[in-house]
Amino acid sequence: MKIHLPNSAFLGNIDPFLQSIDISDSSKLEITTNKKWISIHPVVLSMVAARGLTFQNTNIYCEQLEATSKHYLARMGLFKLLNITTTIHITEHESAGRFIPLTQIKNSADLTKFITEIIPLLHLDPKQSEPIKYIVSELVRNVLEHSGSQHGAIVCAQYYKKSNTIRIGIADTGVGITRTITTSHAANSDLDAIRLALTPGVTGTTRREGGTEYNAGAGLFFIKSIAKINRDFFMIYSGDALYKLLKSVGNAAHIRLYSDPFEDRHSKKENLPYWQGTAVGIDISLDATREFSQLLDAIREIYLKTVKERKKERYRRPRFI
Amino acid sequence: MKEIMLKNVVGSFAEDKDLAREIRTKEIVPALDAGEEVTLDFVDVDAATQSFIHALISDIIRKRGIESLDSIYFKNCNTVVKKIISIVTDYMQESA
Repeated sequence: MKIHLPNSAFLGNIDPFLQSIDISDSSKLEITTNKKWISIHPVVLSMVAARGLTFQNTNIYCEQLEATSKHYLARMGLFKLLNITTTIHITEHESAGRFIPLTQIKNSADLTKFITEIIPLLHLDPKQSEPIKYIVSELVRNVLEHSGSQHGAIVCAQYYKKSNTIRIGIADTGVGITRTITTSHAANSDLDAIRLALTPGVTGTTRREGGTEYNAGAGLFFIKSIAKINRDFFMIYSGDALYKLLKSVGNAAHIRLYSDPFEDRHSKKENLPYWQGTAVGIDISLDATREFSQLLDAIREIYLKTVKERKKERYRRPRFI
Repeated sequence: MKEIMLKNVVGSFAEDKDLAREIRTKEIVPALDAGEEVTLDFVDVDAATQSFIHALISDIIRKRGIESLDSIYFKNCNTVVKKIISIVTDYMQESA
């Protein structure tokens, strides 16, 4: 496998990066970078780290980095996590307020620690940190419960001062969304499976409305909705498919939520290099972050409407002959 | 009346579904079985995920009917927690 880190890969322009992943040789991982500059979304780093953990460190080849911003990869803990040596020297300093380095979360205790000890290091006020804690918890629990990955979830985040945005990336190398969803639902493609996974009330654990005692099938829908109402990007990549929620336009107060992710302003791609597992990226603009309780009002409305409509679809009429 | 202080078990951000299930199976259900009413006290719980609340109460509603909510009280909930609980109870009623 070859992964090339370009000079720029954020959620708005991540497609060329995904398309460039070369999966032809599964015996080793080669990491190359743009020679001048590397500016990448945390989800890109999480993907590289998650994939790297599936290789022995002796089978990971990272070229001599020349880019001015090469220190960023070291500071985010990429080489440390993959246990590969680098000649890049950085002065370690407190990450408080700026970034959360690559962190491997393998169980519930790791997640609790991450939420209670690491996220507060971003020094956000409660209004800003609530949706972030919510998003990380739901996404990582998805990985722990459904992915079957022995390496768990790889998470990192970065604060961008210029846009006053927190960008979060979570990746795993587990079974992927299609395998999970098709346990209980029919999906013809990876994109179909992603669409179902983003639909409220659909869980891979059961066909039954109402979910199971443990899963309601609402986690990803809530997260996509938080991004939409805040007019932020959200992407999910699994198997050969990419779904990307694009930034909503117009007055924030009039943004509508949809149960079908294809009704949202979005882009989608199929036949991308096959990503064994799932990668999720999300941006949270701190300027635009609406009160979390307001978000919940909007989410509740569409969530219940969807359930009612689906219930109605199941109605049976008497057949008079 | 059985009173369960959630903060002591789940901390200020209620998200651990395993703990939710444990509270349900080991504390709430036995109390309901014994004919007791249950108070879930969310004092100092700043937020909860939908997944946590679902794991905490949905199976009770599914198995015992929505009437089971008459025996459960939610105390000291802030606005966010109230809304999450309402989403889950609405969902369970609508999907029944």
